[in-house]
Amino acid sequence: MRGITKSFGSAKANDRIGLTVYSGEIHALLGENGAGKSTLMNMLSGIYRPDSGSIFINGKAAHLTSPKDAIAKGIGMIHQHFKLVDVLTARDNIILGGGSGFFLREKELNEKILRLSDQYGLDVKPAKKVYEMSVGEKQTLEILKVLYRGARILILDEPTAVLTPQEIEKLFAIIRNMKARGCAVIIITHKLGEVMAISDRITVLRRGEAIATVETNRVEIPALIEMMVGRKVDLSIKRVRYEDRKELLRVDGVTVINHEKKTALDGVSFTLHGHEILGVAGVAGSGQKELCETIAGLQEAEKGRIFFENENILGKTPRDIIRLGIRMGFIPEDRLGMGLVGSMDIVQNIILKEYQNQRGFILRRGPSVEKAKQIVDRLEIQTPSIRTPVSRLSGGNIQKVLLGREIDSNPKVLITAYPVRGLDIGASYRIYDLLGEQKGRGVGIIFIGEDLDVLIELCDRILVLSGGKVTGILDAAQASKEEVGFLMAGGAA
Amino acid sequence: MEAFLAASIVAAMPLLFATLGELITEKSGSLNLGVEGMMLMGAVIGFITAFYTGNPGAALLGAFAAGAGGALIFAVITVTLRGNQVVTGLTLTIFGTGFSSFVGDPLIGQSVPQAVQAYFAARPIPGLGDIPFLGPVFFRQDVFVYLGYVLVVLVSIYLYKTRFGLNMRAVGENTAAADASGVNVDFQKYAHIVFGGGLCGLGGAYLALVFVPMWQADVVTGRGWIAVALVIFASWNPTKAFFGSFLFGALSILGLRLQSMGFQISQYLVDMFPYVATIVIVILSTHKNRKEDLPPADLSVPYFREER
Repeated sequence: MRGITKSFGSAKANDRIGLTVYSGEIHALLGENGAGKSTLMNMLSGIYRPDSGSIFINGKAAHLTSPKDAIAKGIGMIHQHFKLVDVLTARDNIILGGGSGFFLREKELNEKILRLSDQYGLDVKPAKKVYEMSVGEKQTLEILKVLYRGARILILDEPTAVLTPQEIEKLFAIIRNMKARGCAVIIITHKLGEVMAISDRITVLRRGEAIATVETNRVEIPALIEMMVGRKVDLSIKRVRYEDRKELLRVDGVTVINHEKKTALDGVSFTLHGHEILGVAGVAGSGQKELCETIAGLQEAEKGRIFFENENILGKTPRDIIRLGIRMGFIPEDRLGMGLVGSMDIVQNIILKEYQNQRGFILRRGPSVEKAKQIVDRLEIQTPSIRTPVSRLSGGNIQKVLLGREIDSNPKVLITAYPVRGLDIGASYRIYDLLGEQKGRGVGIIFIGEDLDVLIELCDRILVLSGGKVTGILDAAQASKEEVGFLMAGGAA
Repeated sequence: MEAFLAASIVAAMPLLFATLGELITEKSGSLNLGVEGMMLMGAVIGFITAFYTGNPGAALLGAFAAGAGGALIFAVITVTLRGNQVVTGLTLTIFGTGFSSFVGDPLIGQSVPQAVQAYFAARPIPGLGDIPFLGPVFFRQDVFVYLGYVLVVLVSIYLYKTRFGLNMRAVGENTAAADASGVNVDFQKYAHIVFGGGLCGLGGAYLALVFVPMWQADVVTGRGWIAVALVIFASWNPTKAFFGSFLFGALSILGLRLQSMGFQISQYLVDMFPYVATIVIVILSTHKNRKEDLPPADLSVPYFREER
């Protein structure tokens, strides 16, 4: 790829980027949010068309005007948000758009798919519907789909963001296997550990420009970070201990039956203090979502009480909870789904929470515009303007808008679920800092996290959930990863 | 009873063609509310062609082309120009209504030529027509009805057993995924909107050529809207669309039968039957549990590849 430029409106997403990838190589594309990694790869896979610049494949100039062209040239992309049709089977998704012949010969196709998946050591059931699959299965299916089309250049956009550690290992084995077969693999990620473990060469992008391409075994992590961020970043999390902590929230024997009629929380009890970050660890689906939603008033509980400053708030609606003067900032797992309205801009998303405090029928935008400017400044949100629809922002910046809005309402208790999911290091540490700041102001924070290292470093105490039960509450300063992992698996076995 | 059911099949045909047409359109992701208009366009062009040529084949072709032409307007506006589908569809209905009144005005009261009427007379199928009960109901009908049967089977096979049907369903369910998989999204939408419109045109033609073999203004009388509801009732499944059409065909003539049997029912109540049933069915069918019975996920969502 040579001299690739692409703009969205007035924002330059890619500015004269050059990139060379060889066969039999794993090439990592590294960069902060909004650096233009996905945009660049979307041009290689035919989704976007570059404004200027050219692409060469095997030395020949290629004009890619649609994904179909790219597929024909042996380019396959596995998107961060999977591009699969939910109601169709794995087989249908794999053969979609390609192949020849009028009728679908299901048996023949199934066999062909199974042969291919055996060859690469993948586990795919051809007749399974996509909506019945786990995230890991979907990813495997995406990979197989690309291989089925005979792709020689594979692009993976943030492939590990939603996988468990075991699934990541499996994925890496597959990627190495493809490399051994002479494919070129481009992997977009911001997880430095993974970059070092798997890649041969690394290209760093920053604000739409290619900063450098380096060989992995000749570079160290701090140097990479400096290239990504443009300055030195301190990777330690400051944890200040506050002594005069008073109880803010007391959860007492809460049992919740969720929509699928399963016991999601089983007699959960704990307390949360001001000046404290309480980490919640657990395998995905252990009741984290229900815990957040119950406290925020979005989920009914079967049994138990939740005291906030000695008042039982269980059974109140989210609006009641705010009206009573109890401020709770809630950042849902699914940022865009529940937290923000994607097609609205930053100002409108702020008004969404503000309007209840305003009098009269007509909305006053002035204060919200001011607030939006403040939040953008304070959190260093990268956006063309405060009038840009939030769905146009990159994942990290969306998260910052959400967090900024919640913090701005001066909460006493802040609940955050996976606030750094899909974020790069720079943005993640900015979020950790913000949470630390809030803790300093006396806020009690419940932090639902995935990365045990971060939980142990950031939090004061760690509560471990397993199958809806609290299997332990540890002092983070003395806890080890092994100990937490043991409790996550159910403990006391 | 046999006569009643056989008449229901006849009454069901315009609905069946229009429902299959709209079903194909919606399966590929477009909600075309112009069914009523396209049926009227098909009806008037079909009638005029029959009137001046006396050729039933040409009449069917003309009706199909008229419906397809209406749908083509819809496709250009919604796919290429990315206009709003609901507004465009409603406008198409208004356009089709005006078109048929204007073009058909000089022919009001004229009858379909004898040669065409004879062609569309009932022709029992040897063997099948002699089966007790089923024979008289299903297999002593006109060629148009047999075409309807064949169409149900062909559309089912096309949708679920062929590569083209798969690509088309994928466009309706997840346009972005289909595009990324190399499916030509615009082509899929155009092809199915236009073909679906052609079927709606045939549905209208059945009314003007066979059902009431005489030209009168506004022959379709709301059947296009019932077809839109029938697509929902049928959960986007061609076989269920057949039974749905049959049911509504029966409902639409039930009142007349009851009256002729001596029941004193107000004509206004009788005329309401199909529409009341439509409302009831749409309410009932909002509760669906199987994922496969839900509307295509990207139905009526405009698609622009570089939109984020």
